[in-house]
Amino acid sequence: MSIFLALHIPDGFLSVPVALVGWALMIGFVGLALRQTRDSLGERQIPLMGILAAFIFAAQMINFPVAGGTSGHLLGGTLAAILLGPWAAALVMTSVVTVQALLFQDGGLLALGFNVFNMGIIGAFLGYAIYQWVRNTMGNTRNGQMIGAAVGAWVAVEAAATATALQLAISNTSPLDVALPAMVGVHALIGIGEALITVGALAFIQQSRPDLLGAPTATAARGSSWIAVGLVIALAITFASPLAASSPDGLERVAEDKAFIEEANDAPYEILPDYTIPGISNEALTTILAGVIGVLIVGGIGYGVARLNERRAAVSVPPKAAGGD
Amino acid sequence: MTLVHDRYRAINSPLHRLDPRVKLVTALLLIVGIVLTPERAWPAYPLLWALVGGIAAVGQLGVGRVARLGGVALPFALAAATLLFTTPGDPVISLAGLDITDNGLARFAAILLKSWLAVQVALLLSMSTHITDLLWALSSLRVPATLVAIISFMIRYLYTLQDEAQRLTRARAARSATHTGQRSGGSIRWRARVTGGLVGNLFLRSYERSERVYAAMLARGYRGELRSLDPPPLTGRAVLSGAGVIAALVVIELAALLLWG
Repeated sequence: MSIFLALHIPDGFLSVPVALVGWALMIGFVGLALRQTRDSLGERQIPLMGILAAFIFAAQMINFPVAGGTSGHLLGGTLAAILLGPWAAALVMTSVVTVQALLFQDGGLLALGFNVFNMGIIGAFLGYAIYQWVRNTMGNTRNGQMIGAAVGAWVAVEAAATATALQLAISNTSPLDVALPAMVGVHALIGIGEALITVGALAFIQQSRPDLLGAPTATAARGSSWIAVGLVIALAITFASPLAASSPDGLERVAEDKAFIEEANDAPYEILPDYTIPGISNEALTTILAGVIGVLIVGGIGYGVARLNERRAAVSVPPKAAGGD
Repeated sequence: MTLVHDRYRAINSPLHRLDPRVKLVTALLLIVGIVLTPERAWPAYPLLWALVGGIAAVGQLGVGRVARLGGVALPFALAAATLLFTTPGDPVISLAGLDITDNGLARFAAILLKSWLAVQVALLLSMSTHITDLLWALSSLRVPATLVAIISFMIRYLYTLQDEAQRLTRARAARSATHTGQRSGGSIRWRARVTGGLVGNLFLRSYERSERVYAAMLARGYRGELRSLDPPPLTGRAVLSGAGVIAALVVIELAALLLWG
């Protein structure tokens, strides 16, 4: 039972193009996280993060009896982000999901990119941003911290479930009108378990070692809310897009009025013809999905360009004297 | 609590001796090839299985055992089961008022077969390659050193912390009486708080262990880098055996595409 409920997608369930988008996202985010943590990751933090990755792995095995023989367990992305900050948590969760795939066949190798993205990146950034937001809104109190952790953990699980359903639907493995309600519905309950365990763990740590839950650094918080805000805005726009799509956009309208739309040529090649995905009949749905893919591709290209620029900048600066080591 | 065990089987076989970089790349390409197989190219699936089974036989890992273990991911197929009914096509079987279509059946069967084959490939990799070899293969394939270092620490302490978690859950079981047929005690909230306490406890034990580990490593001269011997050079023979497997895959996939697809 719990294998079905788990979010680890095995190989064979994602089509190759979808899986490659996942790999691109994973490489982008892990590269970003490595750069963000490079200064703070001293020789001391690497054993710490490795052991905490093993902690998340072991904590996922502690079962929580729910009812009638079923049991839930922790996913841990949000908990890791609250304890370590989102960038370090993203690396820890990437290690956890990678080892699960590589050593224990829990989740596929080709599907690894999206498994890392769904369970690691979303959990770390979205969960953490919501935690920070609720905590700050409630005046940085202990209650605010706990409620923030609960809401963050719940939303992160729901977002991971939604993302998994979308990826399965785009791969034509599971129809979205069945998969999305099923995944989101089941994980609404699983998310409650995640929220309760996360709060329980934080309360325990708060009582025993409050020093470990000190105020996180401002830069880490800012960076993660940046990314989370970007993700949320992009996805919100995407989900709203079918509402706007029924009326033609400005340029098309003008073209119709001026009667030159017939002369417009189609692009010589189309990856997503008319912003829809072949094989999905529901029009609103396919526009949303096409939008999500578009957001991800544009995001990936943007990140790639930024990196290229940076590398060029790094190359043009003469290297400092390499002594001292 | 179900414990995980290392899948590695220490056997001295040609597959075990093969360069881990070759094994890792070949495994990834095999999985990509399997997933790319055209859906209805039915003759391709037994051929792909013959290829996977052949590699298992070379590695002396037991063709039957690998095939059986390959089914671990199949419960996930529930997620794809609705395809049976929703894919347009001619109805073949009627089940509880819903029609299973021929296209739906084909699509579902193809997903199951691909998943089963791909999991077997991943199994062959982890059963025949020791994790330390896999780690240096990852770093020579340009996986960032920091990530590889984190993963190696993780693997080193995985079983230790798993034992720690088992001690915690065993203590919880010892404190909690259960009676068959009766609901276990406490509200869900209370049970979740107990579980949360175990997780928090495990975190503190892990955190404090990492401090001790770091101190012990400093005492032994750790300066922030993991040192290992240089990896052995990639031999032409190793590359050739990987290329042989890929060539067989390409032949099967081409036939699937041109003859049976």
